[in-house]
Amino acid sequence: MSMNNHDQHAQAHNLHAEEHHHHEESFVSKYIFSMDHKTISRQFLITAVIMAFLAMMMSILFRLQLAWPGEKFAIINFILGDKWGKDGILEPGMYMALVTIHGTIMVFMVLTGGLSGTFSNLLIPYQIGARDMASGFLNMLSYWFFFLSSVIMMAGFFVETGPASGGWTVYPPLSALPQAMDGSKLGMTLWLVSMSLFIVSSLLGGLNYIVTVLNLRTKGLSMTRLPLTIWAFFITAVLGVLSFPVLFSAALLLIFDRSFGTSFYLSDIYIGGQALEQTGGSPILYLHLFWFLGHPEVYIIILPALGLTSEIISVNARKPIFGYRAMIGSIIAIGFLSFIVWAHHMYITGMNPFLGSVFVFTTLLIAIPSAVKAFNYITTLWKGNIRYTPAMLFAIGLVSTFISGGLTGIILADSTLDIHVHDTYFVVAHFHIVMGVSAILGMLAGVYHWFPKLFLRHMNKKLGYIHFWGTFISAYGVFFPMHFLGLAGVPRRYYNNTAFPMFDNLVDINVFITIFAILAGLAQVVFLFNFFYSMFRGPKSEQNPWNANTLEWTTPMANTHGNWPGELPTVYRWPYDYSKPGKDADFVPQTIPLTDGEVDGGGH
Amino acid sequence: MIKFLVYVAIILTVIAIGYLARVFELASKLKGTKPHEVTDNDNKFMSRMMLLWIIALFVFVIWNLKKYVPLLLPESASEHGVEMDWLYNFNWAIIFFVFAITQALLFFFAYKYYGRKGNTATYFPHNNKIEMIWTVIPAIVLSVIIILGLKQWNKITAPAPNDAIVIQLYAKQFDWTARYAGKDNELGASNYRLITDNNALGMDSTDSKGFDDIIVRNEIHIPLNKEISFKLNSRDVIHSAYLPHFRSQMNCVPGMTTVIHFKPIITTAQMREKEHVKHLMAGINARRAEKGDKPVEFDYILLCNKICGNSHYNMQMTIVVDTEEDYKKWLAGKKPFFDKSITVASK
Repeated sequence: MSMNNHDQHAQAHNLHAEEHHHHEESFVSKYIFSMDHKTISRQFLITAVIMAFLAMMMSILFRLQLAWPGEKFAIINFILGDKWGKDGILEPGMYMALVTIHGTIMVFMVLTGGLSGTFSNLLIPYQIGARDMASGFLNMLSYWFFFLSSVIMMAGFFVETGPASGGWTVYPPLSALPQAMDGSKLGMTLWLVSMSLFIVSSLLGGLNYIVTVLNLRTKGLSMTRLPLTIWAFFITAVLGVLSFPVLFSAALLLIFDRSFGTSFYLSDIYIGGQALEQTGGSPILYLHLFWFLGHPEVYIIILPALGLTSEIISVNARKPIFGYRAMIGSIIAIGFLSFIVWAHHMYITGMNPFLGSVFVFTTLLIAIPSAVKAFNYITTLWKGNIRYTPAMLFAIGLVSTFISGGLTGIILADSTLDIHVHDTYFVVAHFHIVMGVSAILGMLAGVYHWFPKLFLRHMNKKLGYIHFWGTFISAYGVFFPMHFLGLAGVPRRYYNNTAFPMFDNLVDINVFITIFAILAGLAQVVFLFNFFYSMFRGPKSEQNPWNANTLEWTTPMANTHGNWPGELPTVYRWPYDYSKPGKDADFVPQTIPLTDGEVDGGGH
Repeated sequence: MIKFLVYVAIILTVIAIGYLARVFELASKLKGTKPHEVTDNDNKFMSRMMLLWIIALFVFVIWNLKKYVPLLLPESASEHGVEMDWLYNFNWAIIFFVFAITQALLFFFAYKYYGRKGNTATYFPHNNKIEMIWTVIPAIVLSVIIILGLKQWNKITAPAPNDAIVIQLYAKQFDWTARYAGKDNELGASNYRLITDNNALGMDSTDSKGFDDIIVRNEIHIPLNKEISFKLNSRDVIHSAYLPHFRSQMNCVPGMTTVIHFKPIITTAQMREKEHVKHLMAGINARRAEKGDKPVEFDYILLCNKICGNSHYNMQMTIVVDTEEDYKKWLAGKKPFFDKSITVASK
C-alpha cells in the first residue's frame, strides 16, 4: 500500500476498508504467519516432506550398517563427520540415535503432524463447505508449534552428546539416566521439549478440527452425508485430543525424574558405580502412560490415510464406496477400541498376565472393523470403471499393505505368540507395513489427488507411475523378508548381529533389505522432483479434474480467501453418487438437488 | 574429490529427471492429450501391471518361504514351545489363506475392471447380507484364535511348580549373571545398596538362605526334563531375557522381580545331532569361513532384547542343557558365593 497523499488515503480508507483487508496482505501474513487453512495446509505438507526425506536418509544410513557391518562408506563419513562416522563406519551410539530419531520423526512429524495437519486443514473446510477453520489463529499456532518442534528434534544432531537414542518409545530408566548413555543427556532433553511442543500443536489442531466439523458444516450437510475423509479426520482428532495429554503427563514425569530427583519411574538402581536414592517408582507406569497414547497413535496415523483412500478409490473406481455406513461404523469402532488395547505392547514387560489376557481379547476384536474396511475397499473395485491416476495406484497399494500388515498383527496380538517375537524384527516388519508404508501410501495418494487444490496445478502422471511402482515394490522387498529375521530370533535395535554366530547365515536377508531400501529412496527422489517442479511448472488444473462429487471441487481454482466467492454451497445428497443409474454423467456433485422420487445415500 | 563427485551426481540426477518430465509433457502435447489426464491406454497398461504384480508377489512370497524358512530356529527345546509352535502353524495357515484370497481378489479386480471410455461402473452401494457375512466370519475365526491362544498363555504364565529349580538371572549393562538357589532352592535376600565390585548382585550376607547360593557367569547349565524357574532382575535399565530356542522371553525391570519358567526337553548334545541343526550350522560355518572366523558348534543362547545402551547388541550368555547327571556333576564343581574368603573381602 503506497499512497503519497495522506488525505486522499484517509478518505478512501472507509470506502475500501474491506477490499484492502482482503487484497493487500503483507508477505508475512500471507505466507508465513498465515491464518488461512489452505496456506497452513501447504506449510504442514512442505515441512513434512522435508522431515520425511531427512528421516528416510537416516534409515538408509543405518541400513548400510546392518547389511555390511564394519564396511567403510564414504557417505556415512560425509554426512556424520569424524565424530560419528569415523573412516565411514557408523558409531554404535549414533546408530541408535538414527534409529530413534527416524522413528520419532516418521511417527510424529510426518504421519501425525504431516498427514493430519495437511489434509485435515485442507479438506475439512473445503469438504464441509466452510470458509475456514473455526479458529484461524489457533490453527496458525498449531503449525508454528509443529515447526518449532521439528526444528528442536533435529537440533539433537548438533549437540556434543548427540540426539536421544533410547528408541522412539524412550523407555526409562534408560532415557531417564544420563549415566546410562550419551543419548540420555542433552539430546534426550531436546527430545522431550520437542515432543511437548508437538503435543501442544496436536491439541490445538485437533480441537479446531472437532469444533469445525461439528459446527461449520454447510446447509444440508448432515453427519451421514459427510465424506469418509471427514469422518476419519474427525475421529482421529478425537483420539488425539483424548490421548496426547496422557503422553504429555508421561513426558512431564520423565522430565521430573531426569531433572528434579523424583522417582516416578525409578527404583533400586545402581549405575555408574553408584546406588541412586530413588525408590518406589516403576518403569511399568511409564509404559502404561506411553502406550495409552502410543496405541491410539497408530490409529491417529492410519485412519486419515484410510479416509483419503476411501475417497480416492470411490472417485477413481467411479463407484460409490461400498458400505458407507459400515465404513463409518468401522471408523468409530476402531476409534473406540483403540483406547482399550494399549497393553498389548506390554505382554512380557512384567505386567500381570491376567491383564494380558484381557488385552488379547480387545486387540483381536479390533481386527473385525479393520477386516470390514478391507473387504469394502475390495468390493468397491468390483465392477468398477477404474481410472488409474497415480493417486488411485497409491490407494490400492494401501489396501494391499494394510491387509498384509494387519494379518501379521494377529500373531502379535496373541500374547502366547508374542512371547517369541516381541521386540524382534518381526515387530519392525509388521508395524512398518501396516502403519508406516500404508499411511505413507495413503498420504502420497492424497498429495497426488489433491495437488490441484493445494497448488492449483497437476503433478506429472508418468513420474507418478514410476514413483508408485518404485515405492510399492521396494516396500514389499524391504519388509516382507524382514519377518523371517524376527522369526529366527533377531532382536531389533542391534547395532550389528555379528556377536551371535547363530545369525551369521541371515546376513543375506539384511543385504537384500538394504538394496530395496536404497531403491525406495531413489523412488522418493523422483517424487521430490515431481512435487517441487509441478508446484511451479506443472500444468494448470481445471476446476474439477477428477469429476468428483465433493464440495472442494466446486470452488474456483484460485486461492480465494473464504473459499467460495459468493454464497456457501448447499448440499442435497451424499458424496458417493458415482455411476448412478438414470443420470447423464457418471457423477452427481453434492450440490445437485435430488430429483423427484430419488433416494439419497445409496438407495435406488 | 568424492564429495565433489557426490554433488555432481545429485545435480545430474535432478537434471535428468527434469528432462524426463519435459519429454513426457512434450510427448503428450504432440498426442494432443493433457499430461495429467489418464487415457484408456494408461488404464490398460496399469491394469496389466496389476496382474503382473500379483503374480510377482506370490512368486516372491513362495521364493522367500523356500529360501528363508530352512534358516529359522530349530524345533522348540522347551515343553511349552512345542505347543506354541503348533499354534504358530495354525495361525500361519489362517493368515496365508486370507492373504492369498484378499490380495488375489484386490489385484484381480484392479486388473479386470480397468476404465474404458463409454463403460459405466455398476452402482452397488451396499448389501446387508454380504456385509453381515464378512463381519461374522472374521469374528468366529478370531474367537477360535483367542481361545487357543489364551489357553496356552494361561499355562505358560501359571506359577512355576514348587519343585522347580530356582535360578536368578541378573541383568546389567552389558552382561548377565546367574545365581543358583543352592541346596535349599531359595534365593537369599539382596539389596542394590549392598552392591560393591566384589558383590555385584548386592547379596545380603546376613540372610542364611543365601549362604548356599552359587553365582555363575558366561555359561549356565540346566538339567533336562526339570522345570526351571527363572527370577529376573535388573540393576540399572530395562533389559529383556530372550531365549529364542526355548520360545521364552520376559523383561528384567529395575525395582521388581519378574518370572518365567519352562522345562527343557532336548539337551545341547541332542540338539547338535538334529538334521535341521546340522544343516543350519553347516551354513553358518560356511559363512564364518568366508569371513575368516573360527567354526562354532550349536549352543542355546540368552540374549538381551530390550534396548539398554551402546553395547546392547552384545549382551549374551550361553545356556547348556545337560542330562541330570552331567548337570549335578557340573554344579558340584561350583562354590557358593559366601565362601569365607570372599565374605571377608567384601565387608
